[in-house]
Amino acid sequence: MEKGDRRGKSRRARERIIRFLFLGIALASITTLFLIALFLFTEGLPLFGHVSVTDFVFGKFWYPTSDPADFGIFPLIIASVAVTVVSSVISIPLGVLTALYLAEGASAKVRELVKPVVELLAALPSVVIGFFGMVIVAPVLQEILDIPTGLNLFNASLMLAFMSIPTICSMSEDAIFGVPRELKEASLALGATHWETIARVILPASISGISTAVILGMSRAMGETMVVLMVAGGAAMIPTSLFDPVRPMPASIAAEMAEAPFRSEHYYALFAIAIVLFLFTLAFNVAAERISNRYRQVGAATL
Amino acid sequence: MLKKSVVLFGVIAAMVLAGTMAWAGKIVIKGSTTVLPIAQKTAEAYMKQNPDVKISLSGGGSGNGMKALIDGSTDIADSSRFIKGKEVKLAVEKSIYPVPFAVAYDCIVPVVHPGNPIVNITMAQLKDIYMGKVKNWKEMGGPDRPVVVISRDTSSGTYEVWEAKVMNKERVYPGALLQASNGAVSQAVAKNKNAIGYIGIGYVNADVKALMVNRIVGSKDTTLNGTYPISRPLFMFTPGWPEGDVLNFINFVLNPEKGQKYVEEAGFVPLY
Repeated sequence: MEKGDRRGKSRRARERIIRFLFLGIALASITTLFLIALFLFTEGLPLFGHVSVTDFVFGKFWYPTSDPADFGIFPLIIASVAVTVVSSVISIPLGVLTALYLAEGASAKVRELVKPVVELLAALPSVVIGFFGMVIVAPVLQEILDIPTGLNLFNASLMLAFMSIPTICSMSEDAIFGVPRELKEASLALGATHWETIARVILPASISGISTAVILGMSRAMGETMVVLMVAGGAAMIPTSLFDPVRPMPASIAAEMAEAPFRSEHYYALFAIAIVLFLFTLAFNVAAERISNRYRQVGAATL
Repeated sequence: MLKKSVVLFGVIAAMVLAGTMAWAGKIVIKGSTTVLPIAQKTAEAYMKQNPDVKISLSGGGSGNGMKALIDGSTDIADSSRFIKGKEVKLAVEKSIYPVPFAVAYDCIVPVVHPGNPIVNITMAQLKDIYMGKVKNWKEMGGPDRPVVVISRDTSSGTYEVWEAKVMNKERVYPGALLQASNGAVSQAVAKNKNAIGYIGIGYVNADVKALMVNRIVGSKDTTLNGTYPISRPLFMFTPGWPEGDVLNFINFVLNPEKGQKYVEEAGFVPLY
């Protein structure tokens, strides 16, 4: 009796230790994120002692090393938003439709061939995609369209689309695949065609998963550094056409951080850009989280 | 009694010796990021030959190097410009007498696509191009094509020379494509018929065409005799005439057989 009690106690203690261990592991990533955010803010905020927030966010000129210096990142923000939007226009239809085809239309054979290839795209290092854009795509674009330079907004968006398609495609495919079979079968039993079933039943049922996939794909495009550094052209001006060179935020940070004197205004300004970028991607992730909660598929009966 | 004092003397002597040895084996270098590749290559080679000497290197810009020289926190200050009058005054107030050593020359050459017929360009034309005033090659006697201006990131030393020598206090216009390295500029120019860029002379290769500036070819000779306009000397400053390891290191850097070999390797013009 006593022995059993003791054993029960020690088992409970072990349970508790294991639970704390897992809590600690879960907290590790939260702590890391918190510390990174803290670091970003302590290194970025001192800039606003020299430059006002409006001059920083809406200033049109980025001349961090001139004397006097200008720290206006409006063209950089516009560039980031522009490459994200244009790349989404390319990658969302391609990614979602590929996912639909793979989940619903493709034969098992085709699926087995196409799916790993799409996922392989995700494994390509971004510097390889950037190099491809710089050396192959840029001269071709310039030649065909007769534009001044192939290193521009469009080229960067195209390369970013390559990078977000695998994310969007494989996550959407999981969402579509997760639609309960009863729904599909019920729809077909009521006399709907396959196409009607896809459009009216399967898509609405998986919309939350697809939206999450799209938003995460977009946030990847916005934060991607190497590709935009190599391919976007790097001109800090507000683009007036699809073929103008641009300078997205990550490119500026990556290109200038190594040479910015430690704790100088330029250094603070680069961290302040990182704060803006962080807020953007945070907003994307919060949006993804909310959408997936709001339209969550609880069971087959909720539709 | 005598024995004891002999032992004591020995201990003190050993301590002093150990102290000076630890003190002697370290050189601190700070300053210009332009000079950094030279300092890095020469320091690596020097430490290989003299394993007991540790050289600690950091960038931070010429101004920060000078500041460190004045407050005594560095043995050598790298600088891409000569010391300013104000800095000399501050140093002398602290009884530090900065000594300059020109260690290399920086020579920046404008480059275009090999298919571009233009061979010569003037300083005024370069300035207009980089201010965004000239937008077509035909304005300079070339084909009817748009000019694509390629510049360097504003924090690079190469940009600094360009701004000082060509732009003359004007800003490079925002539409210029900024590339992060000499290699990237050369790559971008080689792939674009409309482009003009500028790179360190060590990076000129067959894929791009170097232009004459005011009818002067940018080369080692024209840089050293001072006729080529887009060049400047690079310095290492020491607080007072160098001694010991610092002197040895400076001698190593200036030696045509040793340090100057690495100057050329780093893409700069050596002194001889």
